[in-house]
Amino acid sequence: MTRYLLGRLLELVPTALVIILASFALVRLAPGSPFSSEKEIPPEIRRQLEAKYGFDRPLPEQFARYVGNLLRGDLGLSTKYPQRTVNEIIAAGFPVTLSLAAVALVWSLLVGITAGIIGAVRQNTAWDHAAMTTALVGISVPSFVLGPLLVLVVSLRLHLLPPAGWGDWRHLILPGLTLGTIYAASIARLTRGGMLEVIRSDYIRTARAKGLSERLIIWRHMLRGGLLPVISYLGPAIASMLTGSVVVEKIFNVPGIGPYFVDAAFNRDYFLVMGIVLLYAFFLLLLNLVVDALYGLLDPRIDYS
Amino acid sequence: MTGADDSLAAGARPDDALIAGTSLWQDAWRRLRKNSMAVASGLIILLVGLACLVGPLVLHAVWGYDAQTQDLAYGPQPPSWQHPFGTDFYGRDLLVRVLVGGRVSLSVGLLAAIVAATIGTIYGAVASYAGGVVDSLMMRTVDILYALPYMFLVIILVTILGKSLLLLFLALGAVGWLLTARVVRGQVMSLKEQDFVLAARSLGTPGRAIVFRHLIPNTLGPVIVTFTLTVPSMILQEAFLSFLGLGVQPPSPSLGSLINDGANQMLVFWWTLVFPGGVMTLLLFALNFLGDGVRDALDPRMRT
Repeated sequence: MTRYLLGRLLELVPTALVIILASFALVRLAPGSPFSSEKEIPPEIRRQLEAKYGFDRPLPEQFARYVGNLLRGDLGLSTKYPQRTVNEIIAAGFPVTLSLAAVALVWSLLVGITAGIIGAVRQNTAWDHAAMTTALVGISVPSFVLGPLLVLVVSLRLHLLPPAGWGDWRHLILPGLTLGTIYAASIARLTRGGMLEVIRSDYIRTARAKGLSERLIIWRHMLRGGLLPVISYLGPAIASMLTGSVVVEKIFNVPGIGPYFVDAAFNRDYFLVMGIVLLYAFFLLLLNLVVDALYGLLDPRIDYS
Repeated sequence: MTGADDSLAAGARPDDALIAGTSLWQDAWRRLRKNSMAVASGLIILLVGLACLVGPLVLHAVWGYDAQTQDLAYGPQPPSWQHPFGTDFYGRDLLVRVLVGGRVSLSVGLLAAIVAATIGTIYGAVASYAGGVVDSLMMRTVDILYALPYMFLVIILVTILGKSLLLLFLALGAVGWLLTARVVRGQVMSLKEQDFVLAARSLGTPGRAIVFRHLIPNTLGPVIVTFTLTVPSMILQEAFLSFLGLGVQPPSPSLGSLINDGANQMLVFWWTLVFPGGVMTLLLFALNFLGDGVRDALDPRMRT
């Protein structure tokens, strides 16, 4: 297992290099420049600006310098927010986005797994149909419809939670629910499907024959099988929660990283765009590694040696 | 004369009359028709599609409503017989705007899904048939692209390519083919070891013909399943972009931008959020349900 993980970590190095190169190429080969949207910058000031950020050098040299800085953990300067470094912007925004995603994850797992268990254990009953139809509705309601509706009902009519903003835990709930619901629905379907795969297998019958209580069989044996597809779904799910929070952050006016990214992409804020893309990409690579390792722990049939 | 021919023909292949063979497609179609929820979803999609296609024309011809002409004096009106969905802030009939927006959503969803399915199918089939280093290089590329934050890539592409409808679905399709590529590759992996491929190869069929004539047609089932589930996700992403102001540009409506407008005014003019949001949800629900039905019909083993 340790060897497997070390090997996978080593594999990340070339992947990371390719990702850095690809995103650098994508961002830099695009037409336009960080200073082209500003109104009438005198040429000499423009030249000074380009020298400040190193844009006057040949591209390969810029790339080498960028990778060098990256290795030292320096993501460069923002051109849109000249007084701030990319590191500062990410340090301010990313924890906010992460905490939103964390609430969404907990909510989606709680609701999704519970509904999935109900569906599998009471297969083809009214309970099952109700849970699965709800799940399909949940998958079909986009966050940008659910979010405003939740604000309308919970905040503006019932006055239970703040409609927008950032501060204490109460600001986390509505955005978290909005972000997590669609994943809760998918997780419910996956849990149910995974549990139904194993529900008639021999080891479940053995567990019954041993006289284990139904509760123990469900929680210890069936759920293990039911969670496998959920685990492999978690990588892409967390990834799309993090990027999907762009919309939720806009709806609830949450100071996460999303609005910065959209702004940065528009204004050709090279270093900020690349910084955010790379941050997410590396986060996702590590996440997939963790997911694979978890998968091995849960499914004894998988052998990593 | 003809009678003799018939008996001859029947005599030559006596099995035909006794056992009418059922092809995979007939079988799948029969299963799909038995799934009443899927049939209902299909009907809803057809109805919504038809309404989006001809509805704006009818509304314009009969009542003179159109999606863009503003009437500021009239302003936002709640739903009435005259305007079933009400009117928006600029006095435009919301029903027309929702229908025209639905037209955008459906066409972007379909076209982007077609782009994604085409790229993905060819890519996956070629990678798998080539095998070896080519395969691992091509699939490593897919893995790397998979690791990049998808929506962010689309946002970058949209800001690079400009905000046009054509480029929007190209951008969505260009990033959305990864899943299809993986599915097709998996299929071709098992297909290419089978005897009919060996037979084709021993007849001297060139590799390109094997891929396009023999391998790809046999992956059609899983490709269609992936395709039907890609359409709603593409529609969702178009709306996502339009909601952020990156997709279809005003004054042209799109369900995403209508929902965005509605969300900004929902406290006072609730109908501007509820109707576009409701239509969007209904459409996605029906598409997801139909996609599930198609999957169950084409691949009963995947049924859960």
